[in-house]
Formats: sequence, C-alpha cells, structure tokens
Amino acid sequence: MSDPVAEEAQPVRARGLVKRYSEVVAVDHVDLNVRRGDVYGFLGPNGAGKTTTLRMALGLIVPSDGAVELFGRDPMRAGARALRGVAGFVEAPRFYPYLSARKNLELLAALDGGDARAAIGEALETVELTPRAGHRVGGYSHGMRQRLGIAAALLRRPQLLILDEPATGLDPAGMRDMRELILRLAAEGITVLLSSHQLPEVQELCNRVAIVNRGRVVYEGAMSDLRRQGGAGYRMRTTDDDRAIAIAREQDGIERVARDEQGIGFQADEHHVGALTIALGAGGVGILSLAPELASLEDLFFRLTGEAPTADGGLDGAAPPSDGTLVEAR
Amino acid sequence: MSSVGAAAPAAIAPARAARRPPVRTVYRWELRKLASQKRTYLGYGLAVLLPVIFVVSQLIRGHPPRNADSIFAGQIFESGLATPVLMLTFLAPFFLPLIASLVAGDIVAAEDNNGTLKTILTRSVDRGQVFAAKALAAATYGASAVFLSAAVATGAGIAAWGFHSVRTFSDSVVSASEALLLVFAANAFFLIPLLTLVSIGVLLSTATRNSAAAIVGTLGITLVLAIVAQIPGLEGLHPYLLTQQYFAWQGLLRTPTDWSPILHSLWVCALYAGPALIAGYLVFLRRDVAGG
Repeated sequence: MSDPVAEEAQPVRARGLVKRYSEVVAVDHVDLNVRRGDVYGFLGPNGAGKTTTLRMALGLIVPSDGAVELFGRDPMRAGARALRGVAGFVEAPRFYPYLSARKNLELLAALDGGDARAAIGEALETVELTPRAGHRVGGYSHGMRQRLGIAAALLRRPQLLILDEPATGLDPAGMRDMRELILRLAAEGITVLLSSHQLPEVQELCNRVAIVNRGRVVYEGAMSDLRRQGGAGYRMRTTDDDRAIAIAREQDGIERVARDEQGIGFQADEHHVGALTIALGAGGVGILSLAPELASLEDLFFRLTGEAPTADGGLDGAAPPSDGTLVEAR
Repeated sequence: MSSVGAAAPAAIAPARAARRPPVRTVYRWELRKLASQKRTYLGYGLAVLLPVIFVVSQLIRGHPPRNADSIFAGQIFESGLATPVLMLTFLAPFFLPLIASLVAGDIVAAEDNNGTLKTILTRSVDRGQVFAAKALAAATYGASAVFLSAAVATGAGIAAWGFHSVRTFSDSVVSASEALLLVFAANAFFLIPLLTLVSIGVLLSTATRNSAAAIVGTLGITLVLAIVAQIPGLEGLHPYLLTQQYFAWQGLLRTPTDWSPILHSLWVCALYAGPALIAGYLVFLRRDVAGG
C-alpha cells in the first residue's frame, strides 16, 4: 500500500542525535540529511560513531537525545513500521550459522510477511550464492556472508539501503563488485546510505557525504561542494613557464601560483582562468595543457579531521580535530 | 568466488509493502530454529534416557525397592503405569527444570551472542512479537520435554510390567485406562510450575544477554528455593515457594481428587511468572541491540 507521508518524506533525517555511554559520548549531536536518490557517504575513522548512528537510525539502540526519521517515521515511536522500504545491515551481517543461506532468507522473508519468499532465488542469484544456497552459513567465508547480507536486504525491495562498511573483509575483486552492485542499485533509484572508512570507496560511489570524527559531523553536503571548499585548483604546462608565472602573478583573481615538476599550479575561478589564457596568448606564451585539479577527498578529510589516511586509503583511529576544520559541526 | 552481483539483478521493483507477520509465524520459525540446533536434542536425550535407565535398572534388580516411601514405588512390578508417576516425582525437582532451563535461558541470549537479534529486528516484526514468540517457543520446548519423558516412561513401564490398574495415594484402585489419563493430567499440571520457571529463564536470558549465566541462574533459583525449603523455621514460606509447586499435581492422584494444591499452585505460579514475563518484555522492548 502506498504511504503518502513516506512518499514525500526524506529517506533519512537526523536531528541532534546523541548517544552517551556513561561518560563517553559516542555520537554527539549528529544531523544527517539523506535525500532521495543519494548515494550518501558516512565517512569517518573506526570508532567515530558511524555504526552507533546507524543503529539508532534502524531503531536498534535508543538515542540519549535527538531523533532520527526514516521517510518521516521515527523507529523509536513507529517500531518496525518505520523500517518500511528500508533494508541493510550494521557491522557484519549476521545469520543463523546452523541454517542454510536459503533457510536464513526464508526466515527473513517470513518476518517480512512472507511476500518476499518468491524473490529469494533472484536475490541469491544477484549475489551469486545460488550454488552454495543449501550450505550452512556457519561454513561461509566473511565475503559470502557480506553478500548474503546484501541478498537479505534486497528481499525487502528497499527504497533506502543502509550499508555499514559493506566492502570490509572482501578481496579486491569482491570490493570492486560490491561497488558495482551499489552503483547499479543506485541507478535503479534506491537511495543508499553507505558508512565507510574507505576514502576511495566514498569518493567513487557517493554524491553526498557526511564526515564524522569523534562522534561529531565535521562536514555534511555535496561531494562537489566539499571539494570546492578545498579550493578550485588548476595546473598548466606552457612553452615558457617563467614568463607564464610572471603574467599569472599580475592577473587579478589568480592566486597561489607555484611551480613544481608537473608544471604550474594556481587557484582561480573559471572567469579568471579565461582571462589568464588570453593574457598568456597576448604575452606570447603557448599553453600546452590546462586542467582543473580538484582537491582529493583524502586531502579534504585530512584537513577536516586531522586524520592521517592509512596506506590503503582507509582511516584508522581517532585524532584531535585539526585547526584546519572547514565546517563546524551543526 | 569473489564477485558480488556479477549477475545483473532484475530491475528493483518498488518497495515491497512489507507486512507485519502474525506472532504464530515468528513462533513457527523459533521452533524451526530450535529443531535445527544440536543443543535442543541434548535436553530431549535426557528426557528419553532417564526413564529408560530407570526401567532397565529396576528390571536388573528384579524386585521393588524395600522401604519404598511412595505407594507407587511399591507398585513398580505390579503395573507399568506406576513408572511414569515415579519418574515425574523423581524428575520434577531437578532434571525437568534443567531441561527447560537449557532452552529458556538460551533463547534470547543466543541471539545476542550470535548477533542475529539485529538481523531479525530490522525486518517487519516488532520487538513484542519476537519476545512473545521466543517465550512461547521456550514453553513449547519445556512442555514437549515433559510429555516426551512421560511417554517414554509410560511406554517402557507398560512394556516391562504391563498395562494394569494402580493404587493411588489414597490407596484406592483406579483402572489402567483411568490411570493413563491421570498420568497425562499429572504431567499437564506439572507444566504450571515448569512454565513459570521457563518465564524466569526467558527473563534472565533477556536481561543477562549471556546463555550460560541465564541457564545457571534459572536452575540456581530452583536449587536455592529447594534449599530454603529445608531451612528450619521457614516452614511458613513453603506454600509460596516455586519448588513446592512442583508436586501440586499429586492432588490428582487422590480419591477424591484434591484440587486445593493445584489451585494454590496456579496463583502462586502466576505471582512468579507474571512479573517475570512483564519484566522480560519491558527489558526486551527498551534494550539496546549493540552486539554483533
């Protein structure tokens, strides 16, 4: 049955979400705005409060303060009804190890009213578990359980898919395929809330992002805006770099002109870049290449949180916020 | 295999209008889960084995126990129907509570340990339904163990000593068929205190989130109350101890039937079970599901 309220409402809307464990504040006044069609990255180091926030969103733990709504419904008030059109998992998906994958999905379909039972075969096919569907989940690898978690979520035909570190523990090929699956689901109109500590994953998949550190959101908005805040940079190569630098430094709106091994870097908006090219031409300097150079998410994350990325592009542990925080929480 | 979703999913249909299933659906799956676990059969194994051992040991001995303190002990070799009564007397204070505790103490805590509570609570089922289904499943298991034990004891007793009339606690004789009915009824009324213990087990399972602690705690309550019953000067408490209710069914085996211990047992057990179930329900409703 259609639900007019849910049709209009935002997939996820959190306001002032707080979770305290005695003296420890795991989630500190978090606001989230996931819009329809978003692939929304919830990025932060391990222990930043991502999973706790998602658990509150799914009604698994009670917020100490604030509220979260899924399609306009608060899980604390509406119970399971708030999860209509919502599926996903937090931390590693868990199943009954003594039941087969198919039996696990039959159980979950029954808990959804039984209509999803017919979709079990299709869901298993999607995650390529059909040949092992009759085997007990206890014998499954971590990656197979992750895929079964996706299958279990797909059974609900969700409008909002909440995935907590879905690629964790997968091998490189599995990670690639997981990303492809998420992109495909997003292309089919499913809103995705993706928690991750993997910068490349978020960079590749998400159009909007919330960056969380030590329980606080330090940035929320479009990925493109985030990068713009990092400064719209350009890089060019010319026939005469010395003269080009001299001309650029005389132009209005051209800043931070610097030379390195890759050529000349500078910051400017598009209008001033146009003026610069005319000036370079008039000054007899040929432009061999000119390309915009956006700050990487990795750079921006580091500047926002003071975190140091790990070798694999992941984030580990928490560090005090840096002075370079671009956007304050809330 | 490392790939995920290499096969293109069929176009994702609009969100399914997930229906809240009835409690009986959740209950049925709780039973299926129980049936799929080896631990379930440990209790059933005990329920079957103990009567068989008893009958075999009596056959080997070849005569009824001397100075038998129960009228039914003296009739073992006269009627196979004395066996299930004796077995109920023997198993009621410890073994049947132990079997019931194995599942009652584990039924919620195991989901905590496996991390599967979050899996089922993010579907279309409310917490209250899950709690009700789990409590019912634990009760079903306890009841089935009692009747399984009774059936084995009855079958083994009849096979060994025949289907004959028996004398009741009042020394009156009842026919074999009537005795069979009384055996069934006695086991049914024993369920009153046993299911009360199950309620306590479910509460402990919910509150402690630890199977071992809940199972030991549930059994521990039985043992502590049994010890309290032995302490001189506390006789006034006896009618209100749960362990005393384990023998209320004996009123059925008198002529005429003595209903007073059974009725007393009903309200005393309600005083234990009601608060335990309500507390368990409230804890389950409000608790954080943070594990797994």
